[in-house]
Amino acid sequence: MRRLVRRPRRMSSEPDGQPIIEFQKAGYRLPNGKVLLKEVTLAVPSGETLVLLGRSGAGKTTALRLINRLLEPSAGKVCVEGRSTLDWDPIALRRRIGYVIQESGLFPHCTVEQNVSLVPRLQRWPAERIEVRLRELLALVGLDQGEFLPRYPHELSGGQRQRVGLARALAADPPILLMDEPLGALDPLTRGDVRREFHDLQKRLRKTVVIVTHDISEALLLGSRIGLMEAGELRGVYSRKEFLNATEPLAAAYTAQLRALEGAGDRT
Amino acid sequence: MRLLAFVSQHGYEIFQATLEHVWLVALTMLLATAIGIPLGILVVRRPWLSKAILGTANVAETIPSLALFGFLLPVPWLGNRADRVAIAALTLYALLPIIRNTATGIAGVDRAVREAARGMGMTERQILFHVELPLSLSTVIAGIRVATVLTIGIATIAAAVGTGGLGEFIFRGLAMVNNSLILAGAIPAAALALAADFGLSLLERRLRPGR
Repeated sequence: MRRLVRRPRRMSSEPDGQPIIEFQKAGYRLPNGKVLLKEVTLAVPSGETLVLLGRSGAGKTTALRLINRLLEPSAGKVCVEGRSTLDWDPIALRRRIGYVIQESGLFPHCTVEQNVSLVPRLQRWPAERIEVRLRELLALVGLDQGEFLPRYPHELSGGQRQRVGLARALAADPPILLMDEPLGALDPLTRGDVRREFHDLQKRLRKTVVIVTHDISEALLLGSRIGLMEAGELRGVYSRKEFLNATEPLAAAYTAQLRALEGAGDRT
Repeated sequence: MRLLAFVSQHGYEIFQATLEHVWLVALTMLLATAIGIPLGILVVRRPWLSKAILGTANVAETIPSLALFGFLLPVPWLGNRADRVAIAALTLYALLPIIRNTATGIAGVDRAVREAARGMGMTERQILFHVELPLSLSTVIAGIRVATVLTIGIATIAAAVGTGGLGEFIFRGLAMVNNSLILAGAIPAAALALAADFGLSLLERRLRPGR
């Protein structure tokens, strides 16, 4: 089992204690002047799983897309491994960052094998290395390779698609993983399964992960810290314990919702 | 029955004219595809060019074909040979459906798919060749299909400038008020159009991406 998982490589460009992702008063405004993100300052240390929690439109996805430079900050800056994203070659930057989105974004015209091996192929890995990696990855996300490699995305269930999406994001072993509502499109039961598996996986992989979600229970299970977002602002960053006891009205609203759910569970 | 007699008498001539016709259409489609697909990509990638490209193609489409052949005759090099004029004019007609369908196909690629491709660190070129074009192939083929059927029809008019092909029979028949002669050109042309339509629709269906 241990051999399946690569030990995280320490990055030479990143001295100890330095955050691997850092927002420095980063903001994003649309060309029409609408502000999607206001002066967010946030540091994500290496190996952490940070969850950005908030309703839709709170600016979570915008923040995420600033990290891999799908968007460029209109104010302040975002640094990855100590360098502003604007100083990175965007292609090189994105290849160091796995990206998983809702609905997985798998290529419908490619088989699972072609989807997962895409980044290694673009980086011209030798064929044998790709094959070894494919086997590792499918085992990692719990899919039988003989069965799934030749399939097309439309032949998979939602949960399987999401696993393949995760395998694809992890293919070139990027130190950072960004996930945008990765479980949003799944039914509740599958969601629970995939969530638990991801939780176990994350404990082994020790990557730096930023997850966007609007689901409080997901945030508490997956996140080592929770960043609460509302109306384009980061309202605060909490550990799990801090979040449950937070007095911030929005945090309190989320915990109240959670308690209500748990209460309903107790009665049945 | 005079038609049957005509066909049995002039079978070889009809066959040759059909070949000429196919040759004319094939060259036109090759050219129109080679020009139309890159223009379609430009329409999506450079929105400020889209009006100019689509506008020009639209205008070309509205010029009566006989007049277009006439306009091109005095153009140097082109006007020297009838088949050059014909192919140039036919290509202009065939462009619009190909440009439009290429643009529609690429613009219709699922946003999540494009977003994922960018997020994975694919370059614009890689996204185009590995994702957008393969995914819009069936739409592009549909455009080529429309253009081919159109070209087969208009190519009969090209006979007016002396390119040969099935239009020869039609023009001769018109001049001589001979219906069998007209039909000897029209029927094979219609058959060609139907065959091209059917063949390309099969291809189109095969290339349609999953789901």
